[in-house]
Amino acid sequence: MERPDWVPSDVDVRRPSVARVYDYYLGGSHNFEADRQMARKIIEMAPPTVMVARANRAFLRRAVRFCVDAGIRQFLDLGSGIPTVGNVHDIAQQFDPGARVVYVDIDPVAVAHSRAILDGNDNAAVIQADLRDPHSVLDHPDSKRLLDLTEPVAVLLVSVMHFVPDEDDPAGIVAQFAAAAAAGSYLVFSQAGFAGISKDKLESAKELYARTATQLTLRSRADIEAMLDGWQLVEPGLTYLSMWRPESPDDIAEDAERSVFLAGVGRKA
Amino acid sequence: MSSREPTPVTCADPLAARAEFTRAWAKAIALFSYLPVGVLELQRQLTPLVDGLRAALLAEPFDAGAGHRLGERLVELNFTDTAALHASFGLFGCPLLEQLDVPDDAEHRDRLAALRGAFAAGYADGLRDRTRAEQETISRAVLLARDHAEQALRSSEARFRAVFETSAIGIAIGDLDGRITDANSALLEMLGCSLAELRGRSIVDFVHTEDVGSVRLAHRQLLRGNRDHVRLDRRFYRKHGEVLWTHLTLSLIRDEGGSPRYQVAMLEDVTERHMLQTRLRYQALHDPLTGLPNRALFLERLQAAFDGATDGTRIGLCYLDLDGFKVINDSLGHHLGDKLLGAVASRLDRCVSGPDRLVARIGGDEFVILVERTGGTQEVIDVADRVLAALVLPIRIGGHELTVTGSIGVVERAIVGTAPADLMRDADITLYWAKGDGKGRWSLFDPDRTAREVARFTLSATMPAALDRGEFRLDYQPLVRLSDGAVIGVEALVRWHHPTLGTLSPGEFIGLAEETGTIVPLGRWVLAQACRQAREWHDLAGELAPFVSVNLSVLQLRDPGLVDDVRRILQESGLPPRRLQLELTESAVMSQVDEALGALHALADMDVRIAIDDFGTGYSNLAYLRRLPVHELKIAGSFVAGLRDIDGVRNPQQPVDEQIVAALVSLAHTLRLTVTAEGVETSAQAYRLRELGCDHAQGWFYAKPAPADEVTRDIAGRTGIAD
Repeated sequence: MERPDWVPSDVDVRRPSVARVYDYYLGGSHNFEADRQMARKIIEMAPPTVMVARANRAFLRRAVRFCVDAGIRQFLDLGSGIPTVGNVHDIAQQFDPGARVVYVDIDPVAVAHSRAILDGNDNAAVIQADLRDPHSVLDHPDSKRLLDLTEPVAVLLVSVMHFVPDEDDPAGIVAQFAAAAAAGSYLVFSQAGFAGISKDKLESAKELYARTATQLTLRSRADIEAMLDGWQLVEPGLTYLSMWRPESPDDIAEDAERSVFLAGVGRKA
Repeated sequence: MSSREPTPVTCADPLAARAEFTRAWAKAIALFSYLPVGVLELQRQLTPLVDGLRAALLAEPFDAGAGHRLGERLVELNFTDTAALHASFGLFGCPLLEQLDVPDDAEHRDRLAALRGAFAAGYADGLRDRTRAEQETISRAVLLARDHAEQALRSSEARFRAVFETSAIGIAIGDLDGRITDANSALLEMLGCSLAELRGRSIVDFVHTEDVGSVRLAHRQLLRGNRDHVRLDRRFYRKHGEVLWTHLTLSLIRDEGGSPRYQVAMLEDVTERHMLQTRLRYQALHDPLTGLPNRALFLERLQAAFDGATDGTRIGLCYLDLDGFKVINDSLGHHLGDKLLGAVASRLDRCVSGPDRLVARIGGDEFVILVERTGGTQEVIDVADRVLAALVLPIRIGGHELTVTGSIGVVERAIVGTAPADLMRDADITLYWAKGDGKGRWSLFDPDRTAREVARFTLSATMPAALDRGEFRLDYQPLVRLSDGAVIGVEALVRWHHPTLGTLSPGEFIGLAEETGTIVPLGRWVLAQACRQAREWHDLAGELAPFVSVNLSVLQLRDPGLVDDVRRILQESGLPPRRLQLELTESAVMSQVDEALGALHALADMDVRIAIDDFGTGYSNLAYLRRLPVHELKIAGSFVAGLRDIDGVRNPQQPVDEQIVAALVSLAHTLRLTVTAEGVETSAQAYRLRELGCDHAQGWFYAKPAPADEVTRDIAGRTGIAD
């Protein structure tokens, strides 16, 4: 594919973006050929990927509604990606137009896209930041403006921590956000586990993700539980995506465990 | 997608059947939504669609357009995955008519087929539009991101440009060959050039000739990539040759991959700071009064001379101190004193200038002249002579004609084997010799003289310890009654049995002891020892035993503890006070203040005899003498010497000295004092003295000073007591 002449040097569409690949999994067209090529390869290797992405999106929706029902009116979505319909602010503001949402992503295109979508929405903002540096997120003027950290907040780490390698101390990052959040806050969490994935496929997937700006780190249940230390998991605890509080028996995929993703919602005591 | 193949649904209740169909449809496509929602929610969303489909099947006239809208609607509900179309299409078969409670006839089968076709077309159109829209959205996002990045870059560049242009530091950017490609206005102003004049040249071209070597070296290392940063304080030239002092930083800038890209030179103009430092340094190193270098600069130059010396390099110092400057200062005022120092300084500076010379003022009226690389001692003596000559002409200040002289200590020697501190110390010592030798002259350092003085100093420093170690002994010299030659007393004389220098006589150390104050404990020891000894003799011979005469220094007389010391020593030794005589010099007695006079009276009241030693050599106030509690005068040996024949020839001085001795004897007797003549060496002297009426005599003619044992034996012999 020829590189479009309107693409600036530091926004390189020849390099796949995790955010746009994810959009492709969901069936969106907010992506470029490089993204699609990579997505097709991943799907070829791991056919459930598309189902997982959608299940993950459904989990996000249910978890946000759960938080809204629990009285949460401010959300910090870390690694928010390409903002399509059914985003956190869509869900939360549908219940309470005063709900405030801060989206955070490292991808400049995803951020630009989000900014265009959020134009005119005073209660939602997007900031380009690296969630591995919690201070840069929490001290950002938009975070300060929209989030009152003396009140409970929902911190969303949905399908993103597998892009934070162990050497970046993911547990320490989660702990820093936990420390900043008031008692009664919630953590909405999902990440790729590695049950049922062959070693070969895992290595191939890692290689593919290495082409993006991010690398892939799959974690065991124990690893994930350790990362969520300090958060009291609400029922049903850490579970497969579609099994987390489904709205009807029909919502549970017949092969839920194929999702390999573990998801849960924790409350800060 | 075979697992998702729909199963036909049949139901007796039309409404329930319709709901059952909706649920089956929702379940079949739920997973293919771009925005997954729960099956229940989806059922709610699909219900109007199913109702619409039924209505379209039954509508009159029939319009297949409803199918198209249905397809579009499916896309609107986020079913962008064509699997949703596939699954839906499968459900829209003939059994659908029955499930929707629509007559299953040819007419309605045709209608359903038409609606299915339109549904597929509507879905395709909807998906195409949505895809286009999303592609446009993401492309716009990329544009926005690019704009944002470019804006950030532009503002970063603008910021850099602003910093670059408004910086007070001169900045030049050069390529890897060292050619300047850009420079900011601060640099242009510093160097006084235009950008056009700078472009293509190297920053090294502008470096001061004396500094260019080191800068070129650093620059080359930088361009080779050996170093990334170099910081130097170096001089540059402005366009018209003025010197610019700079703090120069050369940096190599590398790209992301670490390869050198270009280089940056930053020049901070520190000319003013440098001048200030130079001025401060000048102030720190010069004397504000005379403008001459001060002690600090002098010591720095001296050290440098030593550091730069090679074998055979010689160096000289003249250490000058103005004679009597304090008097001038005190009598004419500091203002004139300062002017005088200024005038002297300029004369010195004029007569001792030269590259290897340095005149410095190192203290109040002390100047020092450093003469480097001397050819010999005479060269420095010549300098000293010139300095003394320069001071000969009177100096006119404020209507006064002042004549000043100076004393100079001269030292000149090879640098090897000496140190700056030695040189200074020796020049200082030598200056005091010049002062001591009469001022207005120079004195040349003499190592032997120093050695002697050092020995004296060592002696005085070790004296207290020597006293503790018992290195002092007393000898006794008899005092003889001239009328019958009987020994009536002995004078105690202290000796120092020095472990390395042998026996030292009082003349060799009493003066030192007086200078250092050791005389007080030493005198106390002498007194106690002499009293104990005299008590022994008194025990031996009673009234026939000699009294003991002990010399008392002026310092002892001033010591407030003297009277108590004497009383205690007499008590401890058990010697009757009248058996003790204390000898004081004429000057010690005459110059005494009331307290000391009181001590003298207290001693006399105790019944201790007081003698005036060396009478006739000092200045005596005879009226005062009359009132003093003195018992005896001792005539100085110099008068007695005049009574002696020299090699059998009558001494021409004899008549005069005889008359003086006669007068002294007469004076003493008038004051009811007895007289002792010291230094009697011949029988003729003894004879004359007896004739002149002198009472007692002392000297080698009778006996030399001897240890106590000899005196004891003598007493025993005379009194017939065997020991």
